[in-house]
Amino acid sequence: MTGTRAFLRKGRLYMILSIFALFSAFPFYWMVIATFKRDHDLFSPTNNPFLFNEPPTLDHLRLLLTETHFLTYLLNTFLVGMAVVAITLAVAVPAAYSLARWARGWGEMFGIGIFLTYLVPPTILFIPLSRFASALGLQESLWSLILIYPTFTIPFCTWLLMGFFKTIPLDIEEQAMIDGLSRLGAMVKVVLPLAISGILTIVVFAFTLSMHEFIYALTFISVSAKKTVSIGVPTELVRGDVFQWGPLMAGALLASIPVAVVYTFFLDRFIAGFTMGAVK
Amino acid sequence: MIGDTRIGGAGIRDRADILARLMIMPAIVYIAAMIGFPFVLAILYSLSDATTGDPALHVVGLINFREILADPVFRTSLKNTFVFALVSQSLVIILSRILATALMAEFRGKWIARFLIMLPWTAPISLGTIGWLWMFDSIFSPIDWILRWFGLLGVPGALLGPMQNLYWLGEPLLAMASVVTVHVWRLLPLATVIQLAGLSSIPKDLLEAAEVDGARAWRRTFEITIPLTLPIISIAFLFGLVFTFTDMTVVYVLTRGGPIHMTQVLSTWTFFKGIEGGDLAQGAAISLFMFPVLAGIAALVLRMARRTEVV
Repeated sequence: MTGTRAFLRKGRLYMILSIFALFSAFPFYWMVIATFKRDHDLFSPTNNPFLFNEPPTLDHLRLLLTETHFLTYLLNTFLVGMAVVAITLAVAVPAAYSLARWARGWGEMFGIGIFLTYLVPPTILFIPLSRFASALGLQESLWSLILIYPTFTIPFCTWLLMGFFKTIPLDIEEQAMIDGLSRLGAMVKVVLPLAISGILTIVVFAFTLSMHEFIYALTFISVSAKKTVSIGVPTELVRGDVFQWGPLMAGALLASIPVAVVYTFFLDRFIAGFTMGAVK
Repeated sequence: MIGDTRIGGAGIRDRADILARLMIMPAIVYIAAMIGFPFVLAILYSLSDATTGDPALHVVGLINFREILADPVFRTSLKNTFVFALVSQSLVIILSRILATALMAEFRGKWIARFLIMLPWTAPISLGTIGWLWMFDSIFSPIDWILRWFGLLGVPGALLGPMQNLYWLGEPLLAMASVVTVHVWRLLPLATVIQLAGLSSIPKDLLEAAEVDGARAWRRTFEITIPLTLPIISIAFLFGLVFTFTDMTVVYVLTRGGPIHMTQVLSTWTFFKGIEGGDLAQGAAISLFMFPVLAGIAALVLRMARRTEVV
């Protein structure tokens, strides 16, 4: 009796999860299929779209890697991402520590203010910022993205890290200071190593958020060789109204999966950070 | 002696008040320069007649707002922005609750289920949306293929009509449904993750005690789980609202606002007017219509956060 019930419960669980997994992963499954499907197979409306009706091919991949700027997009994305991570760390770590430890009066106000700026979206800022970029002569330059992406990484990462720092007991620092470290020394030598998982989380975050960004890149960059993956693939692989479906899907797939793997790997830390920061 | 070494390390490194200000200064300066100032600039632009050809600021008053409000495309955008965000996030909250409950269980192959379910959030949004672009293709849509396979489409007398395709992105209502679908798809993982955090924060013994007392599963859900996780559910809902309300990528990649502006939203209309059309002033004015809603959401989030901190 209980055996059957447990079995039914398990069955229901797997069914629910399968439906959700199918819904979530289907576009990506589709990318895999389209990447390796021959054009003739792809463009026959009567062919089963989920299977290979003709032998698979590497043509789309070859086209993507040799005849488009795809690898350049990846490199650009990586360069921008690393630079944004560096800037975010340099600004957010001290700010978060300051807010977590000395947040009284003005400090609390600043903390809330920084959190609120995260809610000012790129869709309001991109018009004035496009004037910034051109005033600084940074149009068509990756530097414009490096300068502007921290507008969304710094507020969020500061908020996240603040939550992490707050969980580290003050006693540990006080003990370190009694043992002869300065206030700053206690932070650098004792607190930062303990907050390493929080810091790793914001590294992953700043990088993935930069990689995901679309509006600023679309607004500031129009030269193909300077594009990042998130705009290069949707804009350059669609020529006029002609969709190059095979390479398009291959590009979307190749750029999505690695970042998704890394992100998933850090998901638990992300959950902890997010809820501590936002809800506590 | 302890005191000596600390004085030896001296000065600023031990002055908490100075350190506090110094360490937060870069963040404040950057945010003021790159978020605060541009925001003020957006307001100034909205009151001016600036274009990309002549970006000088001549304040002309509220003319832009008057012109925008008279524009039917703007009104469609405004309505769509609300409809897309509210409909998609209502669905997301219900679905993520079901999904999070399922993911609380321990089972084999959990990591792969999680990986697949999180993909829409972890993969770049513009690239994921490209996958959907094909799903909704006017001729090769796999969705249409399935419908045809089941005989719901493409034969005389079929439930959805005798034509071969539904033209997902070509029919106004279907195009709107497509946009909502992609938003649901995109935000479901985030909401699930947040709800999971909420669920795992409920003390286990509380649920066990209720079970021992004979409370059935649905009573435990409605009388313990949901009330206890209501703050975190609200957080998930409000964050989802912000993300969908301000998102431009989904509509831009999927429909570009078409057919005939029927899926246009504030963000895409800002882009088409302000950047592609070169009318900085009107673009800025359109984008500012998002602000009151965002400010309201921000106030709600803050209230929620405060309340949970007390608990």
